[in-house]
Amino acid sequence: MTDEPLIYDLSSPGRRGVRSPLPQFDPVDPGDVLPSSELRTDLPLPEASEIDVMRHFLRLSHKNHSVDTAMYPLGSCTMKYNPKVNEVTARTPGLADIHPYQPPETAQGALELIYELEALLASITGFPAVSTQPAAGSQGELCGLLSILAWHESRGETRTQVLVPDSAHGTNPATGTMSGLEVISLPTADDGGIDLQNLKESLGSGVAAIMLTLPSTLGLFERRILEVVELVHAAGAQVYCDGANMNAMLGRVRPADLGIDVMHLNLHKTFSTPHGGGGPGAGALAVQAHLEPFLPEPRVVRNGGTFALAEPSPTSIGRVHSHLGNFGNLVRAYTYIRSLGAEGLREAADDAVLNANYLRASLSDDYDLPYGRTCMHEVVLAGTRQRRLGVRTLDIAKRLIDYGIHPPTIYFPIIVDEALMIEPTETESRESLDNFIDVMRRIAREAESDPDKLHDAPVNAPVRRLDEVTANRRPNVRRVQESGD
Amino acid sequence: MYPDDLGYTREHEWVRDEGDHLLVGITAYAQEELGDVVYVELPTPGESFAAGDEFGTVESVKAVSPLYVPMSGEIVEVNEELEAQPELINEEPYAAGWMIRMAASDPSERDALLDAQAYQQFVNELRA
Amino acid sequence: MSYAPNTDADRAAMLRTVGVESIDDLFVDIPVQHRDPALDLPPALPETDVIRHLGQLGGLNATSGDLPSFLGAGFYRHFVPALVDQQLLRSEWYTAYTPYQPEMAQGTLQAMYEFQSLVCDLTGMDVSNASLYDGASALAEAILLCRGLTRRPRVVIAETVHPAYRDVAATYTSALDVDLQVVPAAARDGISVQPDNEPLVEAIDDQTSCVVIQRPDFLGMVVDPDPVVQAARRHGARVVVVVGDPVSLGLLVPPGDLGADIVVGELRSLAGPPAYGGPGAGMFAVRSQLIRRVPGRIAGRTVDLDGKDAFVLTLQTREQHIRRERATSNITTNQALVTLGATISLSALGRRGLREIAVQSLTAAHHAAEALAGAGAVIATDAPYFNEFPVHAPEGAAARLDRLRRDGNVLAGVDLGCVSPRFDDLILVAATELTTARDVEALAAAWARTR
Repeated sequence: MTDEPLIYDLSSPGRRGVRSPLPQFDPVDPGDVLPSSELRTDLPLPEASEIDVMRHFLRLSHKNHSVDTAMYPLGSCTMKYNPKVNEVTARTPGLADIHPYQPPETAQGALELIYELEALLASITGFPAVSTQPAAGSQGELCGLLSILAWHESRGETRTQVLVPDSAHGTNPATGTMSGLEVISLPTADDGGIDLQNLKESLGSGVAAIMLTLPSTLGLFERRILEVVELVHAAGAQVYCDGANMNAMLGRVRPADLGIDVMHLNLHKTFSTPHGGGGPGAGALAVQAHLEPFLPEPRVVRNGGTFALAEPSPTSIGRVHSHLGNFGNLVRAYTYIRSLGAEGLREAADDAVLNANYLRASLSDDYDLPYGRTCMHEVVLAGTRQRRLGVRTLDIAKRLIDYGIHPPTIYFPIIVDEALMIEPTETESRESLDNFIDVMRRIAREAESDPDKLHDAPVNAPVRRLDEVTANRRPNVRRVQESGD
Repeated sequence: MYPDDLGYTREHEWVRDEGDHLLVGITAYAQEELGDVVYVELPTPGESFAAGDEFGTVESVKAVSPLYVPMSGEIVEVNEELEAQPELINEEPYAAGWMIRMAASDPSERDALLDAQAYQQFVNELRA
Repeated sequence: MSYAPNTDADRAAMLRTVGVESIDDLFVDIPVQHRDPALDLPPALPETDVIRHLGQLGGLNATSGDLPSFLGAGFYRHFVPALVDQQLLRSEWYTAYTPYQPEMAQGTLQAMYEFQSLVCDLTGMDVSNASLYDGASALAEAILLCRGLTRRPRVVIAETVHPAYRDVAATYTSALDVDLQVVPAAARDGISVQPDNEPLVEAIDDQTSCVVIQRPDFLGMVVDPDPVVQAARRHGARVVVVVGDPVSLGLLVPPGDLGADIVVGELRSLAGPPAYGGPGAGMFAVRSQLIRRVPGRIAGRTVDLDGKDAFVLTLQTREQHIRRERATSNITTNQALVTLGATISLSALGRRGLREIAVQSLTAAHHAAEALAGAGAVIATDAPYFNEFPVHAPEGAAARLDRLRRDGNVLAGVDLGCVSPRFDDLILVAATELTTARDVEALAAAWARTR
C-alpha cells in the first residue's frame, strides 16, 4: 500500500459522491433510442463519497512541492510566483463560460482580449505579428518551422535541413524531425556561444533555418548574435529563436530588433500562467512581417470597432488547435502583462538576472562553473568537483529535497558534465536566495565529510528514491482490477 | 570480458559464427555503459539489413542507443525472451542476452570485424 | 510592480557580491544599439483595476446564462462538481510543474496514475498517457504513431470526424510523407442524412496505416463501426477512434470493445466550462502493444528503496528530452491541471453519477428534438444519436442560426457546413444534463418564430 490509497480503494458499492441535476424532462430510456448493442454493460468507475474524494486529493496535494511552498529553481522553466489575481480573472464567467463556436458577435470580449494580447506580445518582442494559438512552446516551434518552410516554398525553394546547437532543448531537434527536416547539430564554442567558423561551414543552400535559444540553455546571451543572424540570412536561411528564456530579456532587448525572424514564447514561463503540475502551457508565436501570411489560422482581426475571425487564408500553415489555443491561459498572461506594465516587466527581467548572478557569485567557490562570465536569468553549475568525491549531481539534487528546496534542472544542458541548471526567478527574495546558498554550501561540505548522507537522500520526503528500473522494465501504468474486486 | 571466439564492432556488437547463421548481441562493455537495460526493440524475422544499418534500439532508464548489424544479411530469429527479461542483456551478454540471429549474405564481411584483443584495446582507449 | 520582493538595499548588496556597479552591467552582452528599448505598453494596473477591466471584457461575451445555448461540437457544458475547482485552486497542484523529482511530486504522480486508470476504464483500452494538448492534436499524434508503426503513407479519415481535428491532423502531417484522405461517411438522401460505412471500407487498402472514425460522430450519430474495423483488420491498418463527448462513455460501449487500437478525445468538459475552447486536454489511450510508442508523459507505479509503493514518470526514453531528433513527437507540457479536474470530477460523479448525467444528456437532446419537431423543424436523421443531432434549415444553416440568435435569443447550434458544403443546410443541436426545460422551450419558440 501507498500512504494514500488509490481513489478506487475508497470505493464502496452504492456509495455516491455528488448528486446529479434534478431531472428536467421525463426520462428517456436509452434502450428505447439506441440499439442495445451500443450500450455498455459495465462502468468500472469508483463509488466514493464527496468527503472521501475531497480528502483523498487534499492529502495527495500535500505530497507536492510547489512554487507557493518554497523555492523551485528549476532551470529553463521559470518557476516564478503565479499572481492570484490571474486565477480570479480567468474565472470571470464572461471569460470562462463561453463556447468556442459561438458567433463572434457574442464573443467580442474574448476576441478583443486575444487581439490585444497579441499586440502586447508584439510590443514586448518587437515582432509585428503574433499568434497565440499554439497550445505550448513545442507546438509554437512546430508552427514556426512550418511557417519557415512555407516561406521558402513561396519563394520556390526547397530546403531540407535545420541547424540546432548541441546545447538546445530536446524539443528543437524533435520539432525539426516533425517538420520533415534533417537535424544538424552545431557544437558550442569554448565561450559557450555559437562557433561562427562551424556555422559558416554548416550553412548551405539546403539549410532552412537555425534554431537557437536566447539566452542559451547555458544561461548566456549570445554575444555574436548579430553575426550569426547575418551569416544565416546571407545563406538564405531563417533564424528561429526558442523564447523559453524571454524572462531575461523583458524590456532589455526586443529579439526582433536583433534580426531574428520567428520566436515562440512560453506564456507559462515568462508571463506567469501557472505550470499546473505539467501543463497546460501556452506557446505564442511571434514573427517578422514576411512570415505573417503563414501563421496558423484562424486569426483574430479587427474591423473598425469590432473583432472577427479572418477568412481562411491559402498561405497559412493551417490550424493547430480545436479553436484559438489555451484561452484560459491567455486571460492569465494578459492579466499579468496589464498588471506589470513596461516598468514591471523590465524590473522582472532585472531582478531575475540579478538573482541568478548573485547565486553564481556566491556558489562558484563551492561548485565548478563551466562558463565563468556574467549569466542571464539562470546559472549552470557543474557537480564535477563533487563527482571526484564519489557524489553525483543526482545526489546533490536529492539532498536539496531534504532541505525543502526543489532541485534545479540536472544533467541539462547535456554538453555540461554533471550540470545543475539553476533559475531562481525574480520573485525569490534575497533571504530566500541566501538560504539556498547556505544549503548548497552545506551540501558541498557534506559531499566531503559524509557523502553517504547524499547517497541516501532524500530521507525527509514522502518517499525515498524510487526503483525506476522495474518501473521501465515492467510498466504498471494503470490500476488493475483485482479478482473479487 | 571479451570471448576469443567472437568478432566485434566499434559500435560494441559481438558476432558469433554458428556456421549457417550469425548470432549477434552487445558486449559486456556496452551493457555496463548503458546500465540497467529496460527495453530492447528488435526487428522482425525476414527483414534484411546491410552491414552498419540500424536494426533496433536498446534502452536504459534515461538513454536510448541504436543497434547496428555487424554484417549484411537477413534476420532469421530474434531473442523473444528479452521482451519479458531485458535484464538478460546485463546478466549474460554473450549467452542468454543475444539479440538477433541472421543469415549472412556476404561472409567476407567477417574480416572487417575486430578480434577480441583488438576490441579490448579499443575499449581501453575509450576508457583512457 | 513585478511581484519581486527585492528592495533597493537588497539589490545594492547583491550587486556588491556580484562585483558590478549596476544592474545595467549585467546586460552588456546585448548589442549596445539594441539595448533597453522603450516598450509601448499601457500603464500597469493594480489588482482591483485589472479585475474590473477583465470583467468588462467578459461582459462583452454572451455566456450560457445570457443566451440558452445548444452548442456542442466537441465542447460540452457538463456538470462539474464544486469540489473540482476548490482543488484546482490549491497551490500544491497548480504552482507545481512536471514531476521530474518524484520524491517531491507524489501527489501529481498518483493523480496522473489515477487519471490513466480512469481513462482506461472509460475507454476499454489498456494504456493511457497523462494527456496531450487537446482532442485535435491527440488525433494528429495518433496518426503519427500509426505512420511510424506501419511505415505506410495513407490515412483514411471519415468526414464525420471533427473538422477542426482533421485540419490539425493535416497541419501536423503537412511536412511529412502522409497522404490524408478524407472520405464521406454519411450519405445524403434528400433532407435526411444517414451513416454510410461503405466509402470508408472501400478506401482502406494495404497502404493504409490507419482509419479514423468518430463516436458519436460529428453529426451526432452513433454508428456501428464493425465493417470499418473488419476492413482495417483485413488490410493490417490500425483503427483510431475519436470520442465525441467523454460523457457518452458513461452509456455507450467503449471503443476498446469495438476494436479500437487508439482512442483519442477532448476531456475539457469533465473539468470545467468550455473556456472558449481551451485549455482542453487530449485523451490518448492505446492497446498494450503500443505502449512504447505513446507520445507524452506516463506515470508508472513502482516502489522506493524501503519497498513502499510510489509513482514515477516512466518510459521517458520515448520523449524528446532523451530521444531528441529521433523522437516522433516534440510534446513537452501536457494538460495536467485539466486532467486533474477530470480525475476529481469522475471520482466524485462515480459509476452512477456519470451514467446519470449521460442519460440526462441523452434525455435532454431527445426532448429538444421533439420540441423542435413540434415547432415545425425537420430532424435530419433517423440514425440513433446520443446528445447531438442535425436539424434541417431550408434557407441554410448560417442564415437560420443568425435569425435564431437575433430574433429568438438562442444559440441554437453549429453550422454543419463546416463538415462539408453538402451539409450547409444542417444545424448541429446539442444538449446536456445542464440543459433546462426552459432552454428547450426557448429553442422551440425561437424556431417557430423564425420560420
